[in-house]
Amino acid sequence: MGRLSYREGMRQALREALAADPRVFLMGEDIGRYGGTYAVTKGLLEEFGPERVRDTPLSELAFVGAGVGAALGGMRPIVEVMTVNFSLLALDQIVNNAALYRHMSGGQFSVPLVIRMTTGAGRQVAAQHSHSFENWYASIPGIKVLAPGTVQDARDMLAPALADPDPVVIFEHAQLYNMESDVPDARNADIGSAAVRREGKMVSLITYGGSLPKTLEAATQLAGEGIDAEVVDLRVLRPLDMATVLASVRKCRRAVVVDETWRTGSLAAEIIARIAEEAFYDLDAPPGRVCSEEVPIPYARHLEEAALPQPAKIAAAAKAALGR
Amino acid sequence: MIEFKLPSLGADMDQGKLVQWKVKPGDAVKRGQVVAVVDTSKAAVEVEIWQDGTMFEQLVPIGEAVPVGTVIATLLAPGETPEQAARQKRAAPLARPAPAAPVSAPVAPPISVAAPAAATLTQRKPVSPAARQRARELNVDVEKLVGSGPHGAVTVEDVQKAAAAVHVAAAPAPTDRYAEMRKAIAAAMSRSKREIPHYYLSETIPMQRAAEWLARENEKRPVTGRILMGALQLKAVALSLAKAPELNGFWLGGKFQAATGVHIGVAISIRQGGLIPPAIHDVDKLSLPELMRRLSDLVSRARAGSLRSSEMSDPTITVTNLGETGVEAVFGVIYPPQVALVGFGRLQTRPWSENGRLLGLPLVTASLSADHRASDGIRGARFLAELRERLQHPEEL
Amino acid sequence: MTLAPPPSGPVPYATEFALALLRDMLRIRRFEEKCAELYGEGKIRGFLHLYIGEEAVAVGALHALQPVDSIVATYREHGHAIVRGVPMEAMMAEMYGKREGCSRGRGGSMHLFDARTRLFGGNAIVGGGLPLAVGLALADRMQGAQRITACFFGEGAMAEGVFHESMNLAALWRLPVLFCCENNLYAMGTALERSESQVDLCAKAAAYGMPTAAADGQDVVSVHGITQQAQQHVRSGKGPFFVEYKTYRYRAHSMFDAELYRDKREVEEWKARGPLHTFSARLKAEGRLTEEAFLALDREALAEVDRAVAFAESGTWEPVEDLTRDVVAEKEMEGT
Repeated sequence: MGRLSYREGMRQALREALAADPRVFLMGEDIGRYGGTYAVTKGLLEEFGPERVRDTPLSELAFVGAGVGAALGGMRPIVEVMTVNFSLLALDQIVNNAALYRHMSGGQFSVPLVIRMTTGAGRQVAAQHSHSFENWYASIPGIKVLAPGTVQDARDMLAPALADPDPVVIFEHAQLYNMESDVPDARNADIGSAAVRREGKMVSLITYGGSLPKTLEAATQLAGEGIDAEVVDLRVLRPLDMATVLASVRKCRRAVVVDETWRTGSLAAEIIARIAEEAFYDLDAPPGRVCSEEVPIPYARHLEEAALPQPAKIAAAAKAALGR
Repeated sequence: MIEFKLPSLGADMDQGKLVQWKVKPGDAVKRGQVVAVVDTSKAAVEVEIWQDGTMFEQLVPIGEAVPVGTVIATLLAPGETPEQAARQKRAAPLARPAPAAPVSAPVAPPISVAAPAAATLTQRKPVSPAARQRARELNVDVEKLVGSGPHGAVTVEDVQKAAAAVHVAAAPAPTDRYAEMRKAIAAAMSRSKREIPHYYLSETIPMQRAAEWLARENEKRPVTGRILMGALQLKAVALSLAKAPELNGFWLGGKFQAATGVHIGVAISIRQGGLIPPAIHDVDKLSLPELMRRLSDLVSRARAGSLRSSEMSDPTITVTNLGETGVEAVFGVIYPPQVALVGFGRLQTRPWSENGRLLGLPLVTASLSADHRASDGIRGARFLAELRERLQHPEEL
Repeated sequence: MTLAPPPSGPVPYATEFALALLRDMLRIRRFEEKCAELYGEGKIRGFLHLYIGEEAVAVGALHALQPVDSIVATYREHGHAIVRGVPMEAMMAEMYGKREGCSRGRGGSMHLFDARTRLFGGNAIVGGGLPLAVGLALADRMQGAQRITACFFGEGAMAEGVFHESMNLAALWRLPVLFCCENNLYAMGTALERSESQVDLCAKAAAYGMPTAAADGQDVVSVHGITQQAQQHVRSGKGPFFVEYKTYRYRAHSMFDAELYRDKREVEEWKARGPLHTFSARLKAEGRLTEEAFLALDREALAEVDRAVAFAESGTWEPVEDLTRDVVAEKEMEGT
């Protein structure tokens, strides 16, 4: 057991991956000399050299595409797109090449590429730097999408992602990097299952990534009011582990999905659709959701807070599901 | 004989219009030669032929739009004579294709979407929320039903069918129904008098303010939205019960159980004679207009015989208003297991002393019949005092 | 525009090699013509981009490369696939959408893939293959593999941002990429001078600090010679090289195009200096090819195409039950 931050966990994972497999290399903006915008890759250039830790020009489309090409060519690249906001520039290579190559070629080619992206809002960096597009990526057949929401997952999800023969996109919420916790030495190589982070009986709170700590906090608040909430951490956004989610919903008979993407077309909408399809008769209340409001994320702090999911909103939604 | 069909010239082309023939019957054509110009939705495109031959017949006139695949001309193969071609044509007349695509991939069998296995669907009996609601209204036990919906779920239709079956089985003739009702009333009233030690209190309440306020309120309303004094009285009763909760509830199992809501049974007389007291739920929480609406709806449904079972079983107290019939006061019989009955007599102008002066004022006598096991006279008195007070402040109702 | 005079003069190759070049150009030509015919009959659907008129580029360039090299191409890639060695039967079955196609019928005309011959597509997004080529070259460099990556693209791709990003990255990291620009003067319906502020394509490429050269794309000798020099540079580890092949497509951009954007006369002028008949004329002039020999080659090509059509016609459709296979690796089919 040791105490680590989310950032340190991811860095440890990257170091171990670089050391274990010469095919692994990193590409991204300012990951080398600068040490990484979020300091995740700090020290790695010094340790592994410029061939393995490559600073790229500001060319998201080209270097993500090059990641696809390098993966096709036998390497195991880990491409860092500084934030999901800049990934829009690389979408063509992700959607039209990375995700499609296996299928279009009739199974001849595989793209074992890992793309890491920082995501989410909460630091007053305003509209263009505060996006959450997990829902867009999670809708694309051909890729896998992970959202580590705990320090252990930040440390442990990279290795199985690298071992996966298909492209894996990993979303790291910006607010989680400083989060610290004790983590066991043993590794959890599971990138297929959701996890129940808090057991409960009265309402199932389903969430992932940056919203996980907020949801756990809401559950604590609710406990103080005599409401026993279960918290399910999705961990994997594509393919969704609906078996775990549905078991929780059937037990609690009420569900609230917490998701930082905009409400319309959110990932929560997809999950709720599946709950309605498969657990309709087990529900005692309509499923609820807490998402970002229909507004570009504003700069002013109180407005940003109002735009994003918060523990108070989550608790209120849970109570509403109970008719309180 | 060679058939020259209108080719597909693009992904979204279904038909084309012949604009020009570049060759005429009798001309020799070579493979790759442009023989016609066809107008598609985008532009006029030159069309080439892929075989050597001699143009024989041109079958489609200029300006006619035909589907892709239509035979638009025939040609003689190298070495073929017109007679041979004509013979071939007579034997097998050329047909126009159906507008469907000439190439057919296998018709895709319906892909079975991953439907959840019924076994893992739910441990409960699957009943839709809509069906549950209907079942409540119609007093049907869903657990006994077989569902016709997906995965054996019970639907609204299933519930309605079940209710109708019961109804059909038990529906007496109208006169029988009346007789049944009288029997039920007789039983209930006898039991009430037998078991409940009634005590009676009354209070004369000045209604000047209430009457004036109501008149003013109703001026603002359309005729259909007018509020009756009866609604004011019901609301006042509901709010006054806060001061005497021992009057709102049930005597069950040898003790009083306070009700969680104020659901007032409103005694409604029906044409054939007889009284039914169905409930309006949560009267204390309703606004006057809403209460009025519910009251009207209840009265018309009671008289039409279409009440819900919950309305019959839920009253926590009953109010009877015989004002229209003209009696001064009502001392009614409590409907067990309730523990109280409030009565209102006729609203009439009578002499009244106010501030030492003698006036003629609209007054009503309100009465309380209460179960002495659940409450004492002092409780009842408090209730009536509160009721009187409330009716002096109609704007707060 | 005034065209250069038709390619002429002796062909500086051994006869066997020269005939191999001619044979491949004929095979492409006949294959493409048959595709056009089949499209009209509705056997091939969707989009179809034909290489007719450009044959010398694929033939000359690919004969200057090695079988170990990686090829990235565009949606106009039938010629490249044929020269590379993808069997015509597999290609035609793919066009038909049959399971026996080189992409199992999943790709169609624009997405021909062949792992065995290192043909990495068949890409339908203009410019989409450029970063892939950069990445493939990077992987080769990092793994010490002795091969180069040839990336074929049209001049239209040079307007896309991804072209500039890729050129920059390849030159910056000195990657073994051979950038092969097939300039057929029209990006779909937009002529070069209406799209580029700088129509000297080599000048544009040179701005990224890499050597450039231009070839007469209708002269297979010019194509082969220039590509030979360029690939030598790249293969010796000196970094990327940009070649412009000036060529022309005789037919529309894809099957459905009224060609309103160019003059018929221009097409005829280009045809007059076309790759097939100018090359065969030169060989005939040297006495290295007779008309009979030429017709024999043509008959062979036609026969090969006919066999491919027969193969495709008798091919099978992938069962619809297999719809969702090959989205992700097979064992991970559960879940989404």
